[in-house]
Amino acid sequence: MSRTTIDIWVGLFVAIGLASLLFLALKVGNLASTSSGETYTLQARFDNIGGLKVRAPVKSAGVVVGRVSGIRFDPANYVALVTMQIEASYKFPVDTFATINTSGLLGEQYIGFEVGGDENMLKSDDMIKKTQSAVVLEKLISQFMFNKAAEDGPKK
Amino acid sequence: MIDSMLRFLQWLGNHVTRRINRLGFASRFFLAIFLQSGTAFRRLHLTLREIYFTGVMSLIIILVSGLFVGMVLGLQGYDTLQRYGSTEALGILVALSLVRELGPVVSALLFASRAGSAITAEIGLMKATEQLSAMEMMAVDPIARVVAPRFWGGVVSMPLLAALFSAMGIFGGYLVGVQLIGVDEGSFWSQMQASVDFRQDILNGVIKSFVFGIIVSWVAVFEGYDADPTAEGVSGATTRTVVTSSLAILAADFILTAFMFRGA
Repeated sequence: MSRTTIDIWVGLFVAIGLASLLFLALKVGNLASTSSGETYTLQARFDNIGGLKVRAPVKSAGVVVGRVSGIRFDPANYVALVTMQIEASYKFPVDTFATINTSGLLGEQYIGFEVGGDENMLKSDDMIKKTQSAVVLEKLISQFMFNKAAEDGPKK
Repeated sequence: MIDSMLRFLQWLGNHVTRRINRLGFASRFFLAIFLQSGTAFRRLHLTLREIYFTGVMSLIIILVSGLFVGMVLGLQGYDTLQRYGSTEALGILVALSLVRELGPVVSALLFASRAGSAITAEIGLMKATEQLSAMEMMAVDPIARVVAPRFWGGVVSMPLLAALFSAMGIFGGYLVGVQLIGVDEGSFWSQMQASVDFRQDILNGVIKSFVFGIIVSWVAVFEGYDADPTAEGVSGATTRTVVTSSLAILAADFILTAFMFRGA
């Protein structure tokens, strides 16, 4: 087999190999959606973060505006301290309300921003004051059961 | 009694010493390949030829097995997921298992039996027919001329083949899951994209396949170079290449996985 033919085959092989790698990166992975742009840091304290994980999305009105970059326990206040990286082009008022939501019934958890009406915007390293913890399914069920029991009680 | 124990100890010691000796020889051989790699890159057509024989010729088996592994994953994954009513997660299941584990490992195992055995047999036969000695006579270093191009050809081919395997497998999972069974196409892709991370999953998969490429190529060229120069020796070396590199791939995969996906 001549050298040119081998070169062509090897070139073709390398080209489709790289193309499949590109396919994996763009179509299968989330390289296209992870913006490498500027971000700023926000922090929030939650009583209970439920199943929130690092790299979970931060959404406002359903649109991903940032990601959770760190979760740690704050031993002074016995709460969870969540650090988020928000894209620099999105600014939020200081009275923004951060809640931990679940997509679907058992899906992944994310932080949702409910935007307030304040004129002042959050700056880097600011703390979000108003937060709402994750809904823990067991608590919800036990509350429901207690309410049901309380309702049924007097009828007897 | 004491006599037989002594004999057992001697057998054990001899066995271990031989193994360690061989490992040391293999390591020095590994170093020698790196030191003698200049020719493999200066005369690039030598390496390109090996990429042709190891990479291009393995394309068919890699593509077909990738497609079938993906299709089986689609069927089995759907069967399990539908019990929990979460068939939209089929894309995640297929993509993550292929990109993280099955792609690098299965393509490396196929590569070891398809290309690694061929490399060992070729080098072993060259040794048995004294072509390597003839090269040395002509002041041509056989490691630079024969071994290094084959080694680098394997190292370059392996990550590309693994990526092709994963891509083909995801396509197979898509064919079965979306086209055949009827999982929603939008959620198949979007859930996949939401949970497959480029650095954590895809890049780690590429690193794995790169390491496996080094292992398979190293074992293959070493076994060939170290083979007894007889027909029996060459056949034994070819078998050892497949067995040793398969075991090494699985062991290395466990170690790499333990480092990469610990608690993430």
